[in-house]
Amino acid sequence: MLFRVFRKTELPKLFSALAARHEVIGPVETGRDRRGEPIYAFERVTDFSALRLSYSTTKLPAKRYFLPFQEDLATFRVQRGDWTKTVDYNVDRPRVFFGLHACDINALNKLDKVLTGGDHPMPYYAAKRRNMFIVGIDCEPQPQCFCRSMGADTALQGFDLFLTDIGDRYFAEILSNNAYNLLRGVHTAEPGEDEHVLYRRAVASKNEKYVAHVDTTDLAKILDMEFDSSVWKAWGEKCLGCGACAAVCPTCYCYGVEETVNIDLAGARKTKTLYSCNLVDFARVAGGHNFRPERHDRLKYRYYHKHRGFMEAYEESLCTGCGRCGETCLAGINVPEVIASVRNEGEP
Amino acid sequence: MTRERALDVEIPFVDITKGAAAHRIPRRSDLAAFEYTYKSEITRVHTLTAMETLYEIQVLDPEERKRFSFLPGQFVMLELPGIGEAPFSITSSPLRHGAVELCIRKAGNLTDYLTKVPRGTRVGIRGPFGTSFPMERMHGENVLLVAGGLGLAPLRSAICYVQENRSRFQRVDIVYGAKEPAQLLFSYMYEVWRQDDIDLSIIVEKGGPLWKGPTGMITEQLKVILGDRDHADRALNTHAIVCGPPAMFQYVCNMLSGYGIPMQKMFVSLERRMHCGMGKCCRCNVGSTYTCLKGPVFDYWTVINLPEAI
Repeated sequence: MLFRVFRKTELPKLFSALAARHEVIGPVETGRDRRGEPIYAFERVTDFSALRLSYSTTKLPAKRYFLPFQEDLATFRVQRGDWTKTVDYNVDRPRVFFGLHACDINALNKLDKVLTGGDHPMPYYAAKRRNMFIVGIDCEPQPQCFCRSMGADTALQGFDLFLTDIGDRYFAEILSNNAYNLLRGVHTAEPGEDEHVLYRRAVASKNEKYVAHVDTTDLAKILDMEFDSSVWKAWGEKCLGCGACAAVCPTCYCYGVEETVNIDLAGARKTKTLYSCNLVDFARVAGGHNFRPERHDRLKYRYYHKHRGFMEAYEESLCTGCGRCGETCLAGINVPEVIASVRNEGEP
Repeated sequence: MTRERALDVEIPFVDITKGAAAHRIPRRSDLAAFEYTYKSEITRVHTLTAMETLYEIQVLDPEERKRFSFLPGQFVMLELPGIGEAPFSITSSPLRHGAVELCIRKAGNLTDYLTKVPRGTRVGIRGPFGTSFPMERMHGENVLLVAGGLGLAPLRSAICYVQENRSRFQRVDIVYGAKEPAQLLFSYMYEVWRQDDIDLSIIVEKGGPLWKGPTGMITEQLKVILGDRDHADRALNTHAIVCGPPAMFQYVCNMLSGYGIPMQKMFVSLERRMHCGMGKCCRCNVGSTYTCLKGPVFDYWTVINLPEAI
């Protein structure tokens, strides 16, 4: 990994260079909540002054740019009893993500494992992922953040450039040739011992700010042991089964496929829609049998997939600890409390 | 001046489809394989019962037909453009390349639409997907095939394999249970199976005046088969395949286990909702794994270690 430092005044130049030729997605303020706190979202940015790089977190992850809520997998032309299928991966240019936090970059790394690895890589995701230029930025842990417990508080891969604020300068990690080329256009310097000290100080002060923690020791085994625990029923009583947790989760990728006939009857489309395992018909089969008819079955399943199933397949949890699901849940269900109760260290 | 030029940086576009067209029929791990559909035709429609129909589906392209083969127990995704796509177990002989038979019950939108389309309709198939019954591991041993209701559909592929390789197996039993005689599937095959020295016994829950066979639950018929003769000696050398509704597995498998058939020699085929068939959509998740990748055929030892599997 290459390290450079550069003055903060150079950053707008980098942004302008990227924005001149590419669509840039970054954190912007879209409104205020009832407490007067800003609400941030990942939107298209054309002007550096609209970027809010010191944003706390966004309500929604950047997922919609690489796993859109709805996406056509294929279209059909139907003619005289025959048809032709056309597949389009729905991407034709690279996209720049300016200002992703480590948890959201790690979410991509986790998704890479399941969506681009294995026997059946998914081209719709792979095409978008291969055409991302990611500038990461360090963050200030919020009360709901438990990324450190999940090992997702620092990103080691999956980005092009990562910036850490060390006062009047940025400490930059360069991971890709594209990022290297970009940085050649601004004044940068080799970091010396002074900058190393500043970087370590920035990391140490971040570590002190974590409030939420999840004990992941032996969690996969404990989830197996407590599969029939009564705490699941208690959480199920609270769960509304609305699927909001999956909508705001940066790593929830489950989906359903539907086909519809075009209004001219000469074509059809096959559409993929993100789904949630908390929705009632998630595991319902033709004929009406539902393998997970109860809310607690489904809520448990979401935790089981994130912290047990993914662990078995990839030796890491699918959860990044971003805390968005807990912030969004209308019933106040959040990962640290659920896991603590499963470990018998707290009440549902 | 130099700086102005250097800042004009373009991130190159990566076209993942480049180089993918090197071979016309993509390999499984190719990105293009993900939505690859074999265009096929419904060549035969055979009504089995009031609810179930047997469809023969042939791949149209001669090159593709040569490439399309499957193993007993695997499934395909059947696609009707504009209507939908759903997984179905293949019910025909694995010897035949480029064609599958699917035994389909009218149970939802897609299967209801299927009953209305004529012979010659162009459909798409993707796959085959999933694990298969390890028939070769069963060579030289006894085979017990247990089917409940529509469970005979995936099982028939294994039966075809046994028929075609009858000399490689010792004793072969089929125990088939259904609700009533009118729901019995593949009744025209029963005599053929018997002539191939396969011991077939059928039990129905409600007999009716014309029914001469036994009535009751499938476990009762299994008791007769397993309790009889010197089965205990044979149990260790017996492989079992069990296909049926979710409620049946536990009773039948525990019973077979009780009669001494080892759990890793017992295979079940699980049914789940699937939207992709390739371990991506998560609809078929069972326990910590996927029915479409590690299943639909699991050995019973694996199944009892997967929460909520049966």
